[in-house]
Amino acid sequence: GAEELALLEKLLGLPKGNKYGVQGERKVPVLQTNNGPGLTGLMTIAAHLVKQAKKDQLLGSTAEEKAVVQQWLEYRVTRVDGGSSKEDTRIILKDLNIHLEDKVYLAGNIFTLADILMYYGLHHVMVDLTVQEKEKYLNVSRWFNHIQHYPGVRQHLSNVIFIKNRLFTNTH
Amino acid sequence: MRLRVAAGGPAALKVLAAAGAAGAPVRLVWDGLLERPLSPLSLPWMPTLELDSGTVLFSPNAICQFFFLARGEDPTDLTNQWLEWEATELQPAASAALYAQLVHGKKGLEAVDALGKLLAHIEQNLSRRGTAYLAGDTKSVADVVVWGTLFPVLRDETSLPSELQVLRTWFQSMTLLEACRKAADSILMPKALLEFKSYLQKQPPPCLATESATSNEPEPSPQEEEGSEHALTEEEITAAVDAWACGVAALPKLWQPQKPVLPVEGRRNVLITSALPYVNNVPHLGNIIGCVLSADTFARYCRLRNWNTLYVCGTDEYGTATETKAVEEGLTPQEICNKYNAIHADIYRWFNISFDYFGRTTTPYQTTIAQDIFQRLLTHGFLQQDTVEQLRCEDCQRFLADRFVEGTCPFCSYEEARGDQCDKCGKLINAVELKNPQCKLCRGIPVVKPTQHLFLDLPKLEERLAPWLEQSWATGDWTANARYITRSWIRDGLKPRCITRDLKWGTPVPLDGFRDKVFYVWFDAPIGYLSITANYTDQWERWWKNPQQVELYNFMAKDNVPFHSVIFPCSLLGADDNYTLVNHLIATEYLNYEDGKFSKSRGVGVFGDMAKDTGIPADIWRFYLLYLRPEGQDSAFSWSDLMLKNNSELLNNLGNFINRAGMFVCKFFGGTVPNMVLTPDDKRLLARVTLELRQYHQLLEKVRIRDALRCILSISRHGNQYIQVNEPWKRIKGDEKDRQRAGTVTGVAVNMASMLAVLLQPYMPGISLAIQRQLCIPPDCFVLSHNFTCTLPPGHRVGTVSPLFQKLENDQVEALRKRFGGGQPEDLAVEPQAKQTPPASERPPAPVTLVAPGDPQLIQALTEEVAKQGNHVRQLKANKAEKAQVDMEVAKLLELKKQLALAEGKSPEVPVPKGKRKK
Repeated sequence: GAEELALLEKLLGLPKGNKYGVQGERKVPVLQTNNGPGLTGLMTIAAHLVKQAKKDQLLGSTAEEKAVVQQWLEYRVTRVDGGSSKEDTRIILKDLNIHLEDKVYLAGNIFTLADILMYYGLHHVMVDLTVQEKEKYLNVSRWFNHIQHYPGVRQHLSNVIFIKNRLFTNTH
Repeated sequence: MRLRVAAGGPAALKVLAAAGAAGAPVRLVWDGLLERPLSPLSLPWMPTLELDSGTVLFSPNAICQFFFLARGEDPTDLTNQWLEWEATELQPAASAALYAQLVHGKKGLEAVDALGKLLAHIEQNLSRRGTAYLAGDTKSVADVVVWGTLFPVLRDETSLPSELQVLRTWFQSMTLLEACRKAADSILMPKALLEFKSYLQKQPPPCLATESATSNEPEPSPQEEEGSEHALTEEEITAAVDAWACGVAALPKLWQPQKPVLPVEGRRNVLITSALPYVNNVPHLGNIIGCVLSADTFARYCRLRNWNTLYVCGTDEYGTATETKAVEEGLTPQEICNKYNAIHADIYRWFNISFDYFGRTTTPYQTTIAQDIFQRLLTHGFLQQDTVEQLRCEDCQRFLADRFVEGTCPFCSYEEARGDQCDKCGKLINAVELKNPQCKLCRGIPVVKPTQHLFLDLPKLEERLAPWLEQSWATGDWTANARYITRSWIRDGLKPRCITRDLKWGTPVPLDGFRDKVFYVWFDAPIGYLSITANYTDQWERWWKNPQQVELYNFMAKDNVPFHSVIFPCSLLGADDNYTLVNHLIATEYLNYEDGKFSKSRGVGVFGDMAKDTGIPADIWRFYLLYLRPEGQDSAFSWSDLMLKNNSELLNNLGNFINRAGMFVCKFFGGTVPNMVLTPDDKRLLARVTLELRQYHQLLEKVRIRDALRCILSISRHGNQYIQVNEPWKRIKGDEKDRQRAGTVTGVAVNMASMLAVLLQPYMPGISLAIQRQLCIPPDCFVLSHNFTCTLPPGHRVGTVSPLFQKLENDQVEALRKRFGGGQPEDLAVEPQAKQTPPASERPPAPVTLVAPGDPQLIQALTEEVAKQGNHVRQLKANKAEKAQVDMEVAKLLELKKQLALAEGKSPEVPVPKGKRKK
């Protein structure tokens, strides 16, 4: 929610000063603005901040890239933030693991806002994974490790440790 | 680019409309709903867009967005906001409304009601901005997306409340757009909608985030979701501190029912059954967790809640499988039953299953009660007589009951299908439909002949079944799979079901013309619950004809659901004698073994009678099986995971905490619980533990056994952290203030350990008892409450504290894996873990325990025995047991060592496996 928007602001090099509130049971972030009713929703505000920082490339350059980024932001707010039962989390990790099999970033070869928000959204999940699970979701682990070392992304969040050599050769 | 859409799928509407509105040059591909989705991320009824680059978009909104992007319309803050709102707020509510309309047949208005707030949100935004469209004066992607989601629910603007005038105008103008109209015509054809409806019916109902805490399917617990970030309120902390201070007085008074347990007026009377294991084989771990162990854990929980609880089970002994087994083993059916009933009872005793009564179905009560139900059904006109074409083996001079025939499955062509059910596809089969049938006894080819049978008239009973089911589902806890399986059974249409069979081993049919037949085992077996209770107490009717006072829980694996949710309730509803019907039907999924299935015939997997030969204590088995209880989805037993969980969760987390807490009391405070002066940190811990405790109750009340176990582990994790942060072992050496702090931390910790002993009792009764003895917890504290109170006050003396768990070594576990044949999934045939595992007639069961001398397996087994006995002796000595007892156990140890030496000596070339542990 609001907390990761603050992280994003810092990452984008924006001056502090935006005020965030939350709305409803799902604690949807709201950005208060001087003019008008403000903006509601994590992906909406995040995209707004990116444009404000003039880093539009983080939203993708071509129509295709833009749509793909949009799609993963939506996945983030509907699936990752939706139910977070153990089973849901398992499915998310499984899905992402398949998707990332042949990709460096969520949107392919470019680093985008989708990677940033997905990283923030999954941090609490990855922290709790066992070594075995990290190996099971190998592609997610590789991607996550990559993103957390991306300059300015991690900030005060804990560094999740990934082991380079495989421990369990007979993983299912 | 290719757009794949499924007719009938509502999400297809907006993408088609968007493609039309944005003039995107798409090639349409129509899919059926059941075809495999292109992307693993997309659901079958969701559209996908394949771009020329090979990229696949699976989110309908992103697809719509792409069409507009491609013609140069970039998203704005406002369109983004609408799309996000649609995806997170409107979509889930609209899906639920659509489900209610199509599946539950709710009328338009009721469905719209659920959307009320969201419709008002659109109305407000439109009128506040004063624009014609959602994001300005021209239509944008936002309009198409929101309209596309609303249209399948609303159909036309007249179903909108008239006060939403602006919304109505907008909706109408959208509906009139050519692109939208065309999309609606092609997607929402009546036939396609029907297809979508039938698809929906097979899905669990969508659950809105706002409805919660009522289902017994996994759902996020507040703690899990937010981890330690969950902020405790001041009230929570104050309440926890108050409860703590009340001490033992705050606990409910321990209540124990008189024996035999009978319903008590004014108490919660809980009757628990677990599916009756079929007598002719040895249950494997999957069977054990599926019914008896799950039911046992719940029964123990109920008793600790002071609920008046009766837990009954027994072996199901009649039927073809016993008769065929008897033929194979050259025994009479009764001899077979006697032999296996004892095996079952032994296994459950070893697993510490707390049946109030473990009986069997071959008793005179079974005959009386089954025949009574039959007579009543006959009198009330719920039985039909019909001629059946049945397979008859002329060589054996008998009509062949289902299990006496084998052949090729008519559905999936599996060649070893049984006459009643195919092991591969799980479908029920009518024996005459089998291709290439063979008589199981003589391998002759049977012929089809007519014979008379009796049928339970399920179609006629449906009018009684439906309202009862509705009521039971509304008030009881049925697992999602139980509801789903039952729903699909009813949807497929109920047919009359044959209740008689041409067998000898069964309850005789008391009707002229049928005296040479017996009841079909599925008519007969569930009646076993009643007759077993009757063998326990002659006042059994107070449990079974008392729905007003009694709450009935049935535990089973999912393959048994239809018999408990449809057929048996129909028998009882038809017999109409005020029977107690199931209130809560708790069905598990399947447990697999390593990467494959349990298979007795291939000697793969751990079976009940072998678990004790592994040297791993019963409580560790219980813990691990419950930890991976297939709750909501299949799970798999894995040796390495067992080792991991034992060493991490039990040894390092739970055992470590309880042991440290107790040891500190002994070492630093001479075995007396010290004075405690609570700081704000301690108070927060009390509140945190209370939250976990509440969660434990909430989950167990919904029979989410596996999830509740996590709460226990969570509490001990908090405890370990607490000790780690406060370092009482350092502070005890410090000044007065530090020593007082060490005392408080130790006192709080040992009280947490004391509560954990109670919470653990349903899961690990042996360990629970060990903690109780070590800490000398008073018996009247052994009761569950919703509060964490100080049960071991300052001055309480604890006993001798010793480690609760032992490390499992890699060598040991590897040896077990080899011995039980894991990790070689060469056989991919699906073998349901039905109660009726196929009789292992083809090959004799692989002898696992009776190996030849000199065999490495024997040496391994003996090595483990020696290690186990060695530990046992050490434990006894540590606990200062009586000398005579120690001597006796030492003698056993020496004998085992001798046997081991003998086994090794006979075949010196066999290398001795490393299994001994130092220490």
